[in-house]
Amino acid sequence: MDDGRPIFQQIADQIADGIAAGAYPEGTQVPSTTELSAFHRINPATVGKGVNLLVERGLLHKRRGLGMFVSDGARASLLAARTAAFARAYVRPLLAEARALGLSTDDVHKIVDETADERSTP
Amino acid sequence: MTRQTPLAAAPAVRLRGVGRRFRRTDALSDVTLEVPEGVVCGLLGRNGAGKTTLMSLLAGHGQPSSGSVEVFGADPFTHAPTTSAVSFVRDDQRYPDDFRLPHLLAVAPRFHAAWSTERAAELVDAFRLPGRTDVKKYSRGQLSALGIVLGLASRAPLTVFDEPYLGLDAGARQVFYRQLVTDLAEHPRTVVVSTHLVDEMEALLDRVVVLEGGRVVRDSTVDEARAAAYTVSGPAAAVDALTARLPVLASHRLGGLRSATVEGELTDEVDDAARRAGAQTGPASLQELVLAHGVEPEVGVPGVPASAAARASEGVPA
Repeated sequence: MDDGRPIFQQIADQIADGIAAGAYPEGTQVPSTTELSAFHRINPATVGKGVNLLVERGLLHKRRGLGMFVSDGARASLLAARTAAFARAYVRPLLAEARALGLSTDDVHKIVDETADERSTP
Repeated sequence: MTRQTPLAAAPAVRLRGVGRRFRRTDALSDVTLEVPEGVVCGLLGRNGAGKTTLMSLLAGHGQPSSGSVEVFGADPFTHAPTTSAVSFVRDDQRYPDDFRLPHLLAVAPRFHAAWSTERAAELVDAFRLPGRTDVKKYSRGQLSALGIVLGLASRAPLTVFDEPYLGLDAGARQVFYRQLVTDLAEHPRTVVVSTHLVDEMEALLDRVVVLEGGRVVRDSTVDEARAAAYTVSGPAAAVDALTARLPVLASHRLGGLRSATVEGELTDEVDDAARRAGAQTGPASLQELVLAHGVEPEVGVPGVPASAAARASEGVPA
């Protein structure tokens, strides 16, 4: 696990991805710090920092003596945040590459439509 | 965890102006650093940078020629309770002749109050260490595994590992990493570990201390260290122009391409400027940062730290 960003952020993102994908449904428990540390071979303090990031964002909450659980509304809030970031994360790099290749915005529209058609008609 | 410390709030390790001289060589010079309690601190640097000397001082195996060494607020060389609060397995650790594994496992708890028989058994099993072979006949990998067993099972408040992976294959190293983080999650304590496998062990560490020629050239959290440098790569002319006035730590050329490791923060402005010039930026890995502090001594100017020499020679064609 390494894309250059701090490891605690990568851990937080990975759990968040699990919540968004429905792997950790709301109200269920996420793996413990010890389990995450052992699985990824990551310092437990780093894992704790990543988990705390999600607690601060209200996505996880602690049940004393039991562990960390996915909060109600966590999935919806994650999907909303990702939708808001969609243009910056995906569309801008797409347009930058299109410009580098000399493709116009209309060309890009056409390619998007064609690709979507390919996907929908197997 | 019970410790006999005069100062409750003392960091696990505190070195002030520490020098260590062997004959005419300074193994350590003016080393000042602190390791807070409960962190895993990586000790990085090229061979001969002073890592083992520093660890020996922490274990009370020697005294500094100047300055002071404190472990949990006391001098590990003279304060016996502190000495037993430290577990240090040297990479060249010797054991008594005709000692076998069961002898060592029987003796070890006498030196470490928190010794865990269960953890030791689990590790011996995971590493498949033979009990009927004289320890002096162990292979390099088996000796390393034994050192890991003794270090981890000691649960010593300060555990020091000197390149604990020597001779271990990739699978055995993963066993070590998993056992280390699992045991730390359940029993937090301070660990100092020297390593050259920076990429592989980075995720285990909270902090890093980088030594170069016996001096501390970096002492920070891993995240701070990673944020302290970045790489610029692309057509050599573009990279030359982009980095002309920047502190370049290391630089590599491949045909018409150049990659430079630059000290500083990777900001959006830096990234934009690079992209406009047709170059790319990326975060420097901890490994790159360490290598940048340990360029080959022969290209260094005598008396000048290697990284400073690299900076000075930057832009001068070799």
